[in-house]
Amino acid sequence: MSLTRRSLLAASAAAPLAAPARLRAQGATPIRIGEINSYTAIPAFTLPYRRGMELAVEQINAQGGVLGRHIELLVRDDAGKPDDAIRLATELLGEQKVDVLAGGFLSNVGLALSDFALKNKTMFIAGEPLTDALVWEKGHRYGFRLRPSTYMQAAMLVEEAAKLPATRWATVAPNYEYGTSTVKWFKQLLQARRPDVRFVADQLPPLGKIDAGATVAAIEAAKPQAIFNVTFGPDLTNFVRQGNTRGLFDNRDVVSVLTGEPEYLDPLGDETPQGWIVTGYPVTGVTDPTNLAFIAAYKAKWGEMPKMGSVVGHALITSIVAGIAKSGSVEQEKMADGFPGASFATPFGRALWRTQDHQSTLGTYVGRTALKDGHGTMVEWRYEDGASALPPDDVVKALRPA
Amino acid sequence: MSFALQALTGLAGASSLFLVACGLSVIFGVTRVVNFAHGSLFMLGAYLGWSLLRLLPHTPWGFGLGVAGAAIGVAAIGAVLEMAVLRRLYAAPELLQLLATFALVLIIQDCVQAIWGPAELSLPRPPFLRASITILGGRFPRYDLWLIMAGPLVLGLLHLLFARTRFGMVVRAATENRALVAAFGIDQRRLFTLVFSLGAGLAGLGGALSLPDGSANIGLDLRSITDAFVVVVVGGMGSIAGAYLAAVLIGVLQSLGLVWLPQGSLVLVFVIMAAVLVIRPQGLLGRAGSETGQPDRPTPMRAASAGGRIAFAVLVCALALAGSLAGPFWLAVLTEAVIAVLFAASLHVMLGPGGMISFGHAAWFGIGAYAAGLAATSLAAPLPISLLAAPVAAGLIALLIGQVVVRLSGVALAMLTLAFAQIAWAVAVQWTQLTGGDDGILGIWPGLTPRGYFLLCLAVCAIGTALLRQTLFAPFGLALRAARDAPLRAAASGLPIARLRLAAFVLSGTAAGLSGGLSAFAKGSVFPASLAIDRSVDALSMVLLGGVQSVSGPVIGALAYTGLFDTLLLASSHWRLWLGCALLALVLIRPQGLAGRGAGRAA
Repeated sequence: MSLTRRSLLAASAAAPLAAPARLRAQGATPIRIGEINSYTAIPAFTLPYRRGMELAVEQINAQGGVLGRHIELLVRDDAGKPDDAIRLATELLGEQKVDVLAGGFLSNVGLALSDFALKNKTMFIAGEPLTDALVWEKGHRYGFRLRPSTYMQAAMLVEEAAKLPATRWATVAPNYEYGTSTVKWFKQLLQARRPDVRFVADQLPPLGKIDAGATVAAIEAAKPQAIFNVTFGPDLTNFVRQGNTRGLFDNRDVVSVLTGEPEYLDPLGDETPQGWIVTGYPVTGVTDPTNLAFIAAYKAKWGEMPKMGSVVGHALITSIVAGIAKSGSVEQEKMADGFPGASFATPFGRALWRTQDHQSTLGTYVGRTALKDGHGTMVEWRYEDGASALPPDDVVKALRPA
Repeated sequence: MSFALQALTGLAGASSLFLVACGLSVIFGVTRVVNFAHGSLFMLGAYLGWSLLRLLPHTPWGFGLGVAGAAIGVAAIGAVLEMAVLRRLYAAPELLQLLATFALVLIIQDCVQAIWGPAELSLPRPPFLRASITILGGRFPRYDLWLIMAGPLVLGLLHLLFARTRFGMVVRAATENRALVAAFGIDQRRLFTLVFSLGAGLAGLGGALSLPDGSANIGLDLRSITDAFVVVVVGGMGSIAGAYLAAVLIGVLQSLGLVWLPQGSLVLVFVIMAAVLVIRPQGLLGRAGSETGQPDRPTPMRAASAGGRIAFAVLVCALALAGSLAGPFWLAVLTEAVIAVLFAASLHVMLGPGGMISFGHAAWFGIGAYAAGLAATSLAAPLPISLLAAPVAAGLIALLIGQVVVRLSGVALAMLTLAFAQIAWAVAVQWTQLTGGDDGILGIWPGLTPRGYFLLCLAVCAIGTALLRQTLFAPFGLALRAARDAPLRAAASGLPIARLRLAAFVLSGTAAGLSGGLSAFAKGSVFPASLAIDRSVDALSMVLLGGVQSVSGPVIGALAYTGLFDTLLLASSHWRLWLGCALLALVLIRPQGLAGRGAGRAA
């Protein structure tokens, strides 16, 4: 069956004719979403994420589901390894007959699943993996990604960084793709705006094994005027503690990726440095009804404040459901045609699946860190829409061969 | 002056390293247990410390009390673990304890997450822990100065304990000659429990003392365990002063290295370790010949009986049948299992008849996977050529690395293989132009149906495993075992021992490379994870689970381990707990391995 004919049939909404193989599914059976993530390897992010997903499924089913069918979520733990993720994808697709694959935290797991989806011509919606390759170099017809990528996070922060007077910058980033790629984009974009900027030190501690004292001393020795930080989680906690004690952040601007997310901000406690420019989620500060409704529902179900992972998990499900609704079917080719352009509600407001590269326009908040009652928080924040942080279409076209 | 400040910072790092490692050194020195769970005890110390310190007053006394409490708590846990698990395994083949402690790692991970939750727990620092002093032209944390002093203090106390007390004398005597100490009527069981508990307590102390500079988090265990092993081996197994010296060497070089070569952060430690081991295999202060860890009590392997051959043929037929009936998922599991069989069998060549332990066997698997993946993508080579590239590449690199590795023995050799695997892993991560870095190589699918590819894997792995077995009973294999069991006599008989070991090393690497190549096409992608420590541990677990002493061991071990892991991962979110318990149960019930003879509880 040719692609054009599929598209045509999708438009005519003659679903039963288009997909005889899927007829069995068109009754009252639920639509199955198979989700794979690093639940045991990265629990601090993935458990709130899972709770966000479960909340979304509950809400959508309470409203009658989509296409008159309920949603069923099947969750698998990949133990942090791409090989295991592939085997579980086989299980979800082959045994459980899921309609859509989703998930991933680590970029390599996301890429492995995406490649599997391409081979099996199955929809794969990556929630968290940030690597640009997912939608650009290795992007394809069946692959989509929800969160703002490393490029987008860097671009959002460069807006602010370019306004700073500093010309001598140092960077510190975990020594793997997410870290090196974010630093690469930050340097490139900042120097494009500010040719006078120089980078005087680049620290690349191993992920999860930062030697914080030595790293801080090495940065201090380079005498930068500003610092760009990409570390997160336990590495960030160690880095901030050493930096505070050694006065690394005194009279220096710091621009920092993801640090405003509750997952990473909360452990800093009363040592949260003030005035860092960060991307994140001001969960205690937002006042718009969409955010508040989400927070209230989340608290009612789980008895705790949502984290960034909760938002990603929730939006992942609504973005998939919106795509299915627009496609009018769970037939793979129809979804591949129908998802691009689908608009969906998220706790941060509406977003859509871009047709250019299958990146969603879900954005994130940019603001400054502050200390309030002994806890870290974000102030002076604004929501930065994902669409405004992406390069022009001709650049995207050049980056995405597919 | 920043150089001096950087070096001083390195000394603080060195103390942290020493605190992690000294307990491991104490335990190994006496009990010869290679304790994989040492990092887990360190993590428990951090979590216990967090819980205690939150309740205690935020004063120096409160802090000291909390840290001591955490150390004592972990020492108690250590004593329980020793009595419940390790005590039953001292008479078992030496490496089996490694599998038991690996099971403990899994169990403790799951328990810690169940008790303390997944979030990172940081301890609010009272002012005395955040203070700094100005020294050498920069601000330096006062707590880190205390840490710098804590290292030598602990070293001194341990020295006094071992040099001046009766307990210490007995421990030293036991380190020298266990049988003699037993002959003098000293209760070894109690001694070993006390020593293990002391080592555990030191790990707990290190964990609690790491809190002011960081946080308690899931993952501290695996982060600290490699460091601990590196320090102990570089210092010399069982030498506590050596461990301190090694910690200082590594801590200071690492701190200075960050300034000159920040990109080298992934491998610096392993490069230092490799350099020391190549020059001084026994470590800085270790005595030559003390680097044991040789597979002990060599047992002659049974030549395959007709029955064994038939059983192998039946197994292959049964797998082929299962493969033709299975659905897509079980087909994927079976494919993985047969690849694991060849991988485990390749490690067995080194570990069993070769007498060489490898902690870095994933290197050959990963090199094979990358070679196959690059051949298929960059060179667009057809499947047979790509698959051939895998063993060839792994074999050639093994030939090169083997020249250095086979000159060592025991744990030093094992750690050198680990160092090489880590360096290979770092190359895979950082040589982005060639390997794609963390993003890996994608789109390596075999162009066969999954069932067809399974049958290909089954055929290749069955033939490969059979050939390996054949080799071990050929004159080469007999000579290899002679070189392992009686090196002096073998040399006197004119056997070229070094060349025999090198040949075994290359054979093992080649076969592992082939299994890696097969795996690349089964998964469609290759990532640095294929060279990571977990994969080496998987291989060790399979061989030890099956039993080192027989050729059927790795086959059965690989099938059992893959089956267990794949099923549990799917069945339960507490798969780590269940996998750990299953491994422990198997180890305790069948210390000789699933395929071993003389089954039954070791005394």
